[in-house]
Amino acid sequence: MDTTVVNTGTEGRIWGGGQSPLRASYGKMMMWFFIVSDALTFSGFLAAYGFSRFKFIGSWPIADEVFTHVPFLHGQEHPMIYVAFMTFILIMSSVTMVLAVDAGHHLKQSKVALYMLLTIVGGLIFVGSQAWEWSTFITGDKGAVQTNGGNILQFGEYKTVDGKQVFERVAIKDFAATMPNERVRRERNTGLWYMSESSIPPFTIEEVTKGLEAHPNVLVRSQDLDEHGHKIVLSREESLNQVKNNGKVVVKGANLYVNEYGTSLFANFFFFITGFHGFHVFSGVVINCIIFFNVILGTYEKRKSYEMVEKVGLYWHFVDLVWVFVFTFFYLV
Amino acid sequence: MAHAHQLQILKGLIKFKSNTQKIWGVLVLLTIVTSVEVFLGITKPESLMIKLVGMKILNWIFISLTVVKAYYITWDFMHMRDEKASLKRMVVWTAVFLICYLIFILLQEGGYIQDVYSTARIKYNF
Repeated sequence: MDTTVVNTGTEGRIWGGGQSPLRASYGKMMMWFFIVSDALTFSGFLAAYGFSRFKFIGSWPIADEVFTHVPFLHGQEHPMIYVAFMTFILIMSSVTMVLAVDAGHHLKQSKVALYMLLTIVGGLIFVGSQAWEWSTFITGDKGAVQTNGGNILQFGEYKTVDGKQVFERVAIKDFAATMPNERVRRERNTGLWYMSESSIPPFTIEEVTKGLEAHPNVLVRSQDLDEHGHKIVLSREESLNQVKNNGKVVVKGANLYVNEYGTSLFANFFFFITGFHGFHVFSGVVINCIIFFNVILGTYEKRKSYEMVEKVGLYWHFVDLVWVFVFTFFYLV
Repeated sequence: MAHAHQLQILKGLIKFKSNTQKIWGVLVLLTIVTSVEVFLGITKPESLMIKLVGMKILNWIFISLTVVKAYYITWDFMHMRDEKASLKRMVVWTAVFLICYLIFILLQEGGYIQDVYSTARIKYNF
């Protein structure tokens, strides 16, 4: 008499065991599930960015004015161009990755190696570009004054371009007065060993006020938007009043505390999200290198299966996919 | 390993001869979409600045073009087109549902707080 069930009645059914119902290997399926969870992490960050943006919808920085630089073109403003180049590099490296996967399907070892190498190069160019973008953002451009309430006052003047009145930003260093100043940065080796401070702003509020008084055409632009979505430019009296009575510190560039382009939250989110994405790209490059060496050593040739290339390819494409969204929400929308 | 690839995109409007050719075709498509985005981002046509359901039409265009790009990256570069329907649904439905929910709830709350900031008499008591 049978005391154990030997026949479950599920033989031959898709989910009856002994086969892969999704026609994907365990590793590949887990890579997909990892990607889903990572996508949720990124969308959490981006949704938090959207939350803060909707919260301060009246004073969010204009991305076009923040990222206008292109390497080797000093003093020229080309919004979007550089980041479009970065996007293209990443898409291109995705293409070489998928070509490597395709060559792997045909078991062409040298072709896989070549395409993997190109992918790694593309990834490195992207990470390098991002480092440059960060350093430009941190260094800043024209400078601004932060008020006691934490708002940003930018400077500029009206100019006539093609018969139209256009407000153009003026750098603080171009109009601020220079006054004798004894203040030096406190460092650990110049005083008490446990006391130090971050770098001192390039100008004081007094210097900016004096310079503003001496240049009658320079006006302050606030962060508040008018009904057309343009930032409001203050009158001459109001400009002087705001800087004199409300100005707290001169800021240039951006870090986690201040941001010359607008609310510091923008800088925080920028550093955090692009940083987290950049970290993904970096780890993708590292993983790609490992796979690249395995391809060269012939590990997958012996296995007669290049599925590892496919799995790491999924991760790499995912990094590209995230960038597509970061690009939209930081630079376009 | 070398299973068959589906070679048509745009619902069969364009059919490629080989997988490699399809990859380059998708690259061309992605490049065109990105160029359109960058062009619109630089010029910012005044006619697209009208608000529609809480956002500028231009921003709706950007977001839909992004979704188009995401679709082609997932479907053709990540070979989702060749996976079984059940795997597709497991990955896509889960992600899309959770992300939509998250976005809805956070943007709704952000808009509400902005409203309190700008109109309510008591500002920090919500």
